Amino acid sequence: MRVLVPVKRVIDYNVKIRVKPDGSGVDMANVKMSMNPFDEIAIEEAVRLKEKGQITEVIAVSVGPAQAQETIRTALAIGADRGILVTQEGAEPLAVAKLLKALVEKEGAELVILGKQAIDDDSNQTGQMLAALLGWGQATFASKVELGDGKITVTREVDGGLETDELKLPAIVTTDLRLNEPRYASLPNIMKAKKKQLDTVSAADLGVDATPRLKTLKVVEPPKRGAGVKVASVQELVDKLKNEAKVI
Amino acid sequence: MDIHNSNNPSGDSASISADGPYFREEHQMFRDQLRRFVDEEIKPNAEAWEEDGLTPRSVLRRMGELGFLGIRYSEAYGGSAMDTVASAILAEELGKSTFGGFAITVLVHTDMASPHLHNFGTEAQLQRWMPDLIAGRKICAVAVTEPDAGSDVAAIRTHAKRDGDDFVLNGTKMFITNGVHADLYFVAAKTDSTVKGTRGISIFAVEKGTPGFSVGRALKKQGWLSSDTAELIFDDCRVPVANLIGAENRGFYSIMRNFQNERLVLGAQCIGESQAAIALTLDWVTQRKAFGAPLWEKQAIRQRLAMLSARVEAARQLVYHSAWLDAQGRDCVKEVSMVKALCGELVNDVMYDCQQFHGGMGYLRESAIERMVRDARVQSIGGGATEVMLEEIAKRMGK
Ligand SMILES: Cc1cc2nc3c(=O)[nH]c(=O)nc-3n(C[C@H](O)[C@H](O)[C@H](O)COP(=O)(O)OP(=O)(O)OC[C@H]3O[C@@H](n4cnc5c(N)ncnc54)[C@H](O)[C@@H]3O)c2cc1C
Ligand SMILES: Cc1cc2nc3c(=O)[nH]c(=O)nc-3n(C[C@H](O)[C@H](O)[C@H](O)COP(=O)(O)OP(=O)(O)OC[C@H]3O[C@@H](n4cnc5c(N)ncnc54)[C@H](O)[C@@H]3O)c2cc1C
Repeated sequence: MRVLVPVKRVIDYNVKIRVKPDGSGVDMANVKMSMNPFDEIAIEEAVRLKEKGQITEVIAVSVGPAQAQETIRTALAIGADRGILVTQEGAEPLAVAKLLKALVEKEGAELVILGKQAIDDDSNQTGQMLAALLGWGQATFASKVELGDGKITVTREVDGGLETDELKLPAIVTTDLRLNEPRYASLPNIMKAKKKQLDTVSAADLGVDATPRLKTLKVVEPPKRGAGVKVASVQELVDKLKNEAKVI
Repeated sequence: MDIHNSNNPSGDSASISADGPYFREEHQMFRDQLRRFVDEEIKPNAEAWEEDGLTPRSVLRRMGELGFLGIRYSEAYGGSAMDTVASAILAEELGKSTFGGFAITVLVHTDMASPHLHNFGTEAQLQRWMPDLIAGRKICAVAVTEPDAGSDVAAIRTHAKRDGDDFVLNGTKMFITNGVHADLYFVAAKTDSTVKGTRGISIFAVEKGTPGFSVGRALKKQGWLSSDTAELIFDDCRVPVANLIGAENRGFYSIMRNFQNERLVLGAQCIGESQAAIALTLDWVTQRKAFGAPLWEKQAIRQRLAMLSARVEAARQLVYHSAWLDAQGRDCVKEVSMVKALCGELVNDVMYDCQQFHGGMGYLRESAIERMVRDARVQSIGGGATEVMLEEIAKRMGK
């Protein structure tokens, strides 16, 4: 069985984001980029399934600029077998889902493991949209995945407990933070990744119209957190909560 | 505020873009893995290693498993056959850990001691030791300096006399990093006392436990506390001829060649340390308030930090330029000497100001910057003192 794992190139989680002065977006000049952490978890999970002998091939896919090759190489260094880059910048979740659908069909994948969201736009949509487009079952926010015969059992963390879902394959799974701890890519594996196959296709090759449908009106910095104050009494606290913060 | 683990000393806002003409994809990937390793495995634990006076072997073995100890070595022995730029990346990222002792423990093993074997060892010698060194199962040290000979390497007095199939070593080595706990030592000794010092030195691989070889004492240092440093004593220590590394009497030239690599990685380590210090200080001065505003609002402070970061960025470019020259197989003795002279001094300038801007807190043992100040001091002394490096540059300036 083949598994497709999309990996997105995003601003590294350590970077302090700056909004461009004209409010048109986030300043990306000379900013460190990395693989979306949820996607690292997805790759790790797929590689573990392969190591257990439950699947035959892990294909890492990225939709992005040419530099997203580096993200795919990281996935290959963790243990994916080959990679596909779809050269399409700024694709929105629906376009990504359509591109993935085309690849799923082309490659004959029966399972797609995605991150639950990307840490840059926090859309949390691609997996769900892909499931809808393919007409497959979906289990989002997985904290445990068990692959059975023609089915997959997924544990999800929900408010107040755990929910266990069983899905028929083919299926879509999206990963939560606690699913696993991704391994380090060892240096020898980084070097081996250079020799693995990495194909490039365009949206047009896949017959998908990836033009954006969303318009960004304005991007602003989150409000700065003001300094805290010490209050002398409970009474003063209640008064401030009521009249200044207006929360009670 | 917890200033031990201020969470982003790798400081992408304070440091520079990792991109540049010297880096290929695998360099970036390697850097990412190192950074994660340092953040997750080193920073939360290394405080205890400072107390213990050594970096645990388990950490070195883990680094070995991940391939971090065999960057440039042959794949046949478990290495990754990468280039000098990758070694500089290793040193820079380890420098960012804020624990110089940890960093030097690794770097002496990877870039100052084991290169003797890699560059000059025979096939049989490589097969015998390289796999263990690369895997971190054995840790190595290099012993050149003596109580009476540091900068002046040709003046060493430890000597090795041929006796049948052995050489018999006598003498004392001083300031040897990894000296207490290493398994394998590359030792410089005089094999011909009738010629000039530069012509009569050889290198021997000496294993821990060889009769006649003992660790004199663990040395107490100002900094680098998580690194063990020792005095070594050779008293009629018999070493088989098979342990001679490189040609007899050519050891001085091996040492000089290895110094290039050593100095380059020390420079890169200084850059990592400087970047981490600036990032920590930036965190501190943007949060610490005095006279009604964060210290960062004072031009006196932010302009000095701005200039320091400009100097660090410039020096960093020289480090990677030199690493790149070396990777191309070009002569870069002058550039590497510049790296060592410049970075060894710069890191101390950076630490001085960063400690200053921490105010009284920077003087306390509980602040990372206090340790970093102590760790930085040796960078202008060890592995080629500034004055000696400046002579190397001057010689190549022409007149
Ligand atoms: C913590 C630590 C770890 C070390 N680890 C190792 C190790 O693992 N292996 C090893 O072999 N050695 C090691 N060393 C030794 C280190 O390389 C030497 O300390 C260094 O080479 C300087 O030698 P020295 O201490 O004898 O100083 P000296 O050579 O006596 O120098 C003293 C001063 O004189 C200056 N000076 C010397 N020559 C000249 C000149 N021609 N012109 C102008 N000024 C000059 C120097 O710059 C310096 O300021 C270590 C040292 C330290 C402190
Ligand atoms: C070992 C030790 C013993 C001490 N003993 C005593 C004691 O017995 N009694 C006591 O009361 N205190 C004592 N102190 C406190 C000491 O006086 C303070 O540390 C010192 O006044 C600096 O204050 P701070 O640490 O709050 O640094 P901060 O005031 O936070 O200063 C941090 C940095 O910002 C700079 N800075 C501050 N304001 C400006 C400005 N307007 N423009 C530009 N730069 C600025 C400072 O020069 C410094 O570099 C001691 C401190 C130490 C380390």
